[in-house]
Amino acid sequence: MSANLISLLIEATWQTIYMVAASTVLGTILGLPLGVFLATSQRGELLSAPMVNRVLGLIVNAARSVPFIILVVAIIPFTRALVGTSIGTDAAIVPLTIAATPFIARLVENSIREVDAGLIEAARAMGATPMQIIRKVLLREALPGITLGLTLAVVSLIGYSAMVGAVGGEGLGDLGIRYGYQRFMPDVMLTVVVILIVMVQLVQSVGEWIAARVDKRAARNRGH
Amino acid sequence: MTPEPTTGAAIRFDGVGKAFAGPKGQVTALEDVSLTVQPGAVCGIIGRSGAGKSTLLRMVNGLERPTSGTVTVAGHDVGRASGSALRGIRRDVGMIFQHFNLLASRTVFGNIALPLEIAGTPSDRIRVTVNDLIARVGLEAQRDRYPAELSGGQKQRVGIARALATRPKVLLSDEATSALDPETTQTVLRLLGDINRDLGLTILLITHEMAVVRDIASHMAVIDQGRIVEAGATYDVFVRPQHPTTRSFLSGVTGVTLPQFIAGRLEQTRPDAASQEVIRVTFAGDHATDPMLARLTGQMGIDVNILAGAIEEIGPRPFGNLLISVDAMRGDDARAYLERHGLLTEVLGYVR
Repeated sequence: MSANLISLLIEATWQTIYMVAASTVLGTILGLPLGVFLATSQRGELLSAPMVNRVLGLIVNAARSVPFIILVVAIIPFTRALVGTSIGTDAAIVPLTIAATPFIARLVENSIREVDAGLIEAARAMGATPMQIIRKVLLREALPGITLGLTLAVVSLIGYSAMVGAVGGEGLGDLGIRYGYQRFMPDVMLTVVVILIVMVQLVQSVGEWIAARVDKRAARNRGH
Repeated sequence: MTPEPTTGAAIRFDGVGKAFAGPKGQVTALEDVSLTVQPGAVCGIIGRSGAGKSTLLRMVNGLERPTSGTVTVAGHDVGRASGSALRGIRRDVGMIFQHFNLLASRTVFGNIALPLEIAGTPSDRIRVTVNDLIARVGLEAQRDRYPAELSGGQKQRVGIARALATRPKVLLSDEATSALDPETTQTVLRLLGDINRDLGLTILLITHEMAVVRDIASHMAVIDQGRIVEAGATYDVFVRPQHPTTRSFLSGVTGVTLPQFIAGRLEQTRPDAASQEVIRVTFAGDHATDPMLARLTGQMGIDVNILAGAIEEIGPRPFGNLLISVDAMRGDDARAYLERHGLLTEVLGYVR
C-alpha cells in the first residue's frame, strides 16, 4: 500500500472519529434532556404534561422511522442553511446529530424508567423539587444504563458515518466505497473494515468498563 | 450524638376522605377518618392490605391529598399546601419505607446526606450531621459502603438515619419492618423506641403485624375498609378489643387461639344437648388468674377446663388471655362471677 494511501486512511480515520464524536456530543446535549422529559412527563409523573409528551413521542418516532440515507438527502437544504455547505465532514454532522438525538432520547428514557419508583417517592418525601429529583436521583441512578445506551449510540453512529459519503461526508466508509469498491482495491477495503472493527470493539469495551464502574447495584469485592 | 430534643408535632386527621377514579367508577379508599396523634406519641395504625392505611400515612407528608376533610401537622394544613410550603412541611416529616428506598448509587454517607443536600445545607455541616447520625444508628464501619453490600437491617438503619437528617418533628414508618426477619425487626423497633424517647419526635407507623404495635406503640388505631373502627391507648385496645377486626388481629399476636380439635367443632348457638361453653377470659394488670379459677371451682362448684393461655406485656403492664370451657348450663354464673372480680369475658361458642 502506498504512503499516499496510508495517509488517506489516517485522515479518513480522524474524519470518522471527528464526525462520530461531534454528533455524539451534540446528540447527547439534545437527546438527554429530551429523554428525561419523555420519561417524566406522562400523566401524574414528575413533570406531568401528557399532551406535550405525546407530541414529542410522535416526533421522536417519526424521526427514527426515516431511513438514514433518506434523512441525509432530505435535509440537505437545512444542512446548507446551518453550516453553509452540504458537502464535507462538518455538513455530515448535521444529519448524524439529527439521527442520534431521538435514538439517545429513547435510550435515556428507558434507563430512567427503570429507576425504582420508590426512590422518587422517597425524594419527594424529603421535600425535593422535580429538578432535584431528576439531577440527584434519576440521572445518577440511571447512569449505568445511560452509559450502555450511549455506547450503543456511538457504535450505531460509526455505522451511519459510513453512509454520509453519499453527500461527500468523507471518513472511512467513504474511503472504503471510493477506493475499495469503485477502484477495486480490496486491501483498502479490508483495512477500512479492520479499522472499523477495532473502533467498535474499543468503544464497546470502554463503555462497558465505565458502566461497570458507575454501577453500584450489585455487591462485589471492592478490593480493600 | 448529643440528644437535642426536637419537640414532636401533633398530627390531626379531621373527617378525612379519599376517593380515586377507578376503572369502574369511584373507589373509596378512606371515609370520614378522624384521629389525633399527640406530640411525642408513637401511634400504630394496623389494617389488612388495601384497608387504606398506606393512603392515610401518605397524607401526612402530602404524597396523597384528601378529597375531603383536613390533615394538619404541627398546625399546617398539609392537604392544601403546595410548592415550597409543602416542601417545607416535608422537611419536618421524615419517612421510612418497607423496601428502604435507598439510592444504589450512593454510599451510606451519601444516602443520609441526600435530604440535607436537597435542603441546601452547607457541606461542612452535612458532614458533621451525617457522621453523628451514622454513629446513632451504629453504622460507623459501613460509612462508605453501598446499599448492595448491606443487610436488610443495616439498610433500614440507613433509612432511619436519612429520615432523621433534617431534624423532623414527625417520623412516618411505612411497614418499615415487614421485609425484615423477627430478630432484626426487634432491633429496628428498639432503635425507633430510643429515637422517640431521646428526640421526642412523634412516630406514626402503619403495619399489618399486631406484634409491632404491641412492642412500640403507645396508641393505636385499627383501620378496616377505609374506616377507623377502633382507636385508643394500645393497652386498652389489647385488653378490651371491641371490633371483630381488632379481635382477629389480636388472636394472631397473643398466640391464644383455640386448639384445632375444639375450633373445628365450635358452634355459635348453644345446642340443646349437654355442652361446654368456650369463654375467653382477659385479665389486666395485677389480677391473678389461677386463684380466680380455683375459687370459681371452690366457691361456685363450677369445673373449669383450661384450653389455652398466655401472658403478654405492653410496655411495663402485663395482661393475660385464657381460653376456658365450662358446663354450658353454668356459663352465665361463671361469667358473672369473673366479671364481678374485674376480669373480662367473651363467649366464643359451644362444643358438644
